Amino acid sequence: MRLESRYRWLPTPFRSLLLFVVWLLLNNSVSAGHIVLATIFAILIPIATFPFRDPQPLILKPGLAIKQLFIVLYDIVTANLQVALLILGPVKKLRPAFVKVPLDLSHEMPITILASTVSLTPGTVSAEVYPIPESLPEGEEPTERFLLIHVLDLADEEALINTIKTRYEAPLKEIFQC
Amino acid sequence: MLETVFLIVFAMIGLSLLLNLWRLVVGPSVPDRILALDTMYINTIALIILYGMSMGTGLYFEAALLIAMLGFVSTVAVCKYLLRGDIIE
Amino acid sequence: MYSEWIVSILLLIGGAFILIGSIGLIKMPDFFMRLHGPTKATTLGMAGVLIAAMVFFSSTQSGISVKELLITIFLLITAPISGYMLIKSAIHHKLKAKKGTKGLDNVEDD
Repeated sequence: MRLESRYRWLPTPFRSLLLFVVWLLLNNSVSAGHIVLATIFAILIPIATFPFRDPQPLILKPGLAIKQLFIVLYDIVTANLQVALLILGPVKKLRPAFVKVPLDLSHEMPITILASTVSLTPGTVSAEVYPIPESLPEGEEPTERFLLIHVLDLADEEALINTIKTRYEAPLKEIFQC
Repeated sequence: MLETVFLIVFAMIGLSLLLNLWRLVVGPSVPDRILALDTMYINTIALIILYGMSMGTGLYFEAALLIAMLGFVSTVAVCKYLLRGDIIE
Repeated sequence: MYSEWIVSILLLIGGAFILIGSIGLIKMPDFFMRLHGPTKATTLGMAGVLIAAMVFFSSTQSGISVKELLITIFLLITAPISGYMLIKSAIHHKLKAKKGTKGLDNVEDD
């Protein structure tokens, strides 16, 4: 896990890239003037807002991150077809459940990304990360964390936990190296 | 052909807005109502985009973007209020 | 001419998913199950409608139009967060889950 960027004038390289792309998308053009303006904004805004933020871990494996993005997009489409069928089918057959998934990730940012992926993909909604930070003594890091998820139709708890851990958590651990 | 498809999809989104309104009125709890409102604003974005398409103008894009942003912020603010009794502590 | 077919198919798929999300909102017996429809089906439906709009404006107006992607990305990022806030407030208000829900003892009060 690395919190600091290598370049002082570019404290958050991927946020700069995002700002650049969003500016061009908002104006819906790739003319030279807009590219210059987007570059200026992409460099100045992160420098201006960097002191307000808590440092977040940087993406260390961009190639793997893009591959993971496409896997998740594919899963969103297939999982949504399943959920649509479940919703249209008989309600009595559904087996809703709360499941606790143990987490290996240690920083808030990767956990947030994992929770969002879990919410969007396989018939599950993430509900809570235990232990709740406010319940801990000041400045103390929890040794073990759990993600509480609600499942619409639970067939096999072990298999579900396994899928989440291997398919979504392991790549995130590698991308952020934490 | 496209006009017919627009009409069908208008009807689908209108129907889902009505279903959301039903959930908003019936409840039974406060989070249910917030969820219904949240779904309603997302459906409204679809309706506005669809209206812009059927009119053949892209001018409604900015309105849709603003609804998306304000809707998300208001959902989070109301939930935060339910959770803590305060929005900014 | 092909673009018209693509727009029609994407619009119908998107509209169907939006409708399914709302049906889920009506039909499910408890709050936690109701949450699944709007967070997943509606988001995918919106993506379908917005991509249809992208194809439509690219084919009817001069130049390609990709700004609709912005709303799609925004919705994909924010849907899980509002879902998370909603389920958190539901747990805080101790809403009853449907009878027969497994693993209720995993839920801790906050």
